[in-house]
Amino acid sequence: MNAPPDPQDRAPAERQGFWKRFSNSLDAGRQAYVADLKEVFGRAALDAAFWDDLEATLIAADKDLAAQMDARSRDLNLEGAPAVVLVVGVNGSGKTTTIGKLAHLLRREGRRPLLAAADTYRAAAIEQLRLWGQRAQVDVIAHQPGSDPGAIAFDAVQAARARGANPVIIDTAGRLHTRTDLMEELRKVRRVLQRLDPQSPQEVLAVLDAHVGQNSAQQVKVFQEAIGLTGLAVTKMDGSARAGVVLSIEAELSVPVKLVGIGEGLDDLNRFDPGEYLDALLRMEEAT
Amino acid sequence: MFESLTERLDQALKKLTGRGKLSEADVDAGLREVRLALLEADVNYKVVKDFVASIRTRAVGAEVMDSLNPGQQIVKIVDEEMVRLLGDRAPMTYAPSPPTVIVLAGLQGSGKTTTAGKLALFVRREGHRPLLVSTDVRRPAAMEQLEVLAKSINAPAYAPRGTDPVKIARDSIAEARRVNADVVIVDTAGRLQVDEDLLIELKAITDAVPSQHRLLVLDAMTGQQAVNVTSAFQQTISLSGAILTKMDGDARGGAALSLRAVTQTPIQFVGVGEKLTDLEIFYPDRMASRILGMGDVLTLIEKAQDQVDASQAQAMEKKLRAGRLTLTDFMEQLKQVKKMGPLEGIIGMLPGAGKIKNLAGALPDDDQLKQMEAIILSMTPTERERPETIDGSRRRRIARGAGTDIAAVNRLIKGFQQMQQMMKQMGKGRGIKGLPFDPAQLLKG
Repeated sequence: MNAPPDPQDRAPAERQGFWKRFSNSLDAGRQAYVADLKEVFGRAALDAAFWDDLEATLIAADKDLAAQMDARSRDLNLEGAPAVVLVVGVNGSGKTTTIGKLAHLLRREGRRPLLAAADTYRAAAIEQLRLWGQRAQVDVIAHQPGSDPGAIAFDAVQAARARGANPVIIDTAGRLHTRTDLMEELRKVRRVLQRLDPQSPQEVLAVLDAHVGQNSAQQVKVFQEAIGLTGLAVTKMDGSARAGVVLSIEAELSVPVKLVGIGEGLDDLNRFDPGEYLDALLRMEEAT
Repeated sequence: MFESLTERLDQALKKLTGRGKLSEADVDAGLREVRLALLEADVNYKVVKDFVASIRTRAVGAEVMDSLNPGQQIVKIVDEEMVRLLGDRAPMTYAPSPPTVIVLAGLQGSGKTTTAGKLALFVRREGHRPLLVSTDVRRPAAMEQLEVLAKSINAPAYAPRGTDPVKIARDSIAEARRVNADVVIVDTAGRLQVDEDLLIELKAITDAVPSQHRLLVLDAMTGQQAVNVTSAFQQTISLSGAILTKMDGDARGGAALSLRAVTQTPIQFVGVGEKLTDLEIFYPDRMASRILGMGDVLTLIEKAQDQVDASQAQAMEKKLRAGRLTLTDFMEQLKQVKKMGPLEGIIGMLPGAGKIKNLAGALPDDDQLKQMEAIILSMTPTERERPETIDGSRRRRIARGAGTDIAAVNRLIKGFQQMQQMMKQMGKGRGIKGLPFDPAQLLKG
């Protein structure tokens, strides 16, 4: 089996700073939004339709800039022997890709992560994580398709202890938050981890697709109630100026955004920095 | 699906249906609520504006205001306008000279590969021979994923490694001839609507192979971006339709309601679950009546006819009429209901379903069904036929045999007796044709 081409190869010359790339990627979406606002404000009369449209434009932007992004802790808690990062989310939000990139990020910081392929449901999900493991040069613990996710989590923690790896990052199958039975499966994985170490999992990250609108809040709420979240990873931030809903979620449900992803390359994940994010969002002279 | 929108619209419209006469101000107040409900459901604001305006124009006309029940008239208008918004049915068509080529495109994680597998199963059920083709050379293991799906339904797959997507697409026609397939389903890599390089690649893929269908696969939970995404793909490859995925979640309907109106792209299928059989044809009228809480009895009947063995159903019906239901039958029924998919989905199709809250907790889940089966299998044939003979010591024995406690056995027997009672009351066939019983009745028990 041959490894697919690394998307990084697409434009090696253009490897810029992460937030600069993020800002560039926003232009198309942001321009559309600014155009909508301009249309609303450019009218002659401030009639009822004006206020209706203004309200609608603001709702459409999914954006609540007033959302407080106060000094929340956005650091990943990786204290443990090993620390465990459990990654959850709905189908197609980008869990496996985020884990591959996170493994690379942590390795560059001098850590030795170990990946656990606990998505035993989706076809070839294990294979996908293995390939990311190769790219990021980290080991992957996997069983057969259809096997018990809890057992894989258990084996991965044991393997990390034996090899001195830290942290263990666990990939789980995508599950719509409306599936109560699958939420129970996640709780079981958590119970297994807690039996090995009461502090575990140190991090439970929900992966959110930035293209999902108002539904994100519901997703976070349900995952939060089912297993308790320590943070969010927002993916596919490129191309969407309207990820502001994530910030309202942070304010409303008190789950901090810890990671953002802007592409499919190894380097396209970073820790979330509110200052840089707002700067990138508000660099209006480029959009207008 | 769309429960929260259904609930909000129901509240908004109740204000109009609850009274005899309506003033223009009443109508405006009601429509404002409708408007907010739609905006909160992520429906595109221009769509909402036009939608509400056209309802208002029709609703304040003399014909409605002076009618006996203006509220009902308005609900009817909302229903009609919603059907119009959702567009016409876009039936699946096949090329007169095979192969029929279907290209699937969309954002990362929208569900293209899974949908390709579902679509293969769908066309095969229509009597065709699909070939699954992967041009996704980018995402790790995307090709393996398609191959695994193909294998699970015994369909051929074409996913050559180490070549470029355009060549794979071009060569897929020859491959289809070789394996004697008459429908070619081309899966493509996920790409963002703002990624120009990849949109150009997508265009090249569709140029390389003549396609009857170019379908956008879109996550039903997509927010306000749905319109931008669709427009970008529309401009690139002139979409013939769209497939909305993950409709089994609690998406609010924004994507479904905005797509057609803004981009003229008809919705062709909806994905309603993780299994490969979970793909449904999209019917705008049925969807509108589901959104308005009027249920979708037609789809329910079709599902029942698909899944329930007709002769079995007839035998069951006879027993029911005679009031001679046994625990073995009870078990059979639960299994048949299970075959139709998650109970929540079935209930969602019943009229007024939006009003039943917290259903999930009230329904037996897979584990409970397994336990019920174990209990019934631990009974002697006589006990299954005549549950009234099960006394205390028999209950103890059954509980031990099923590895559970007496309380669980008691619950099952009690539930069964209640159902038997209900069936007798139902008397002469008021149930849905094809279903041996009325699921709504069963669940009240």
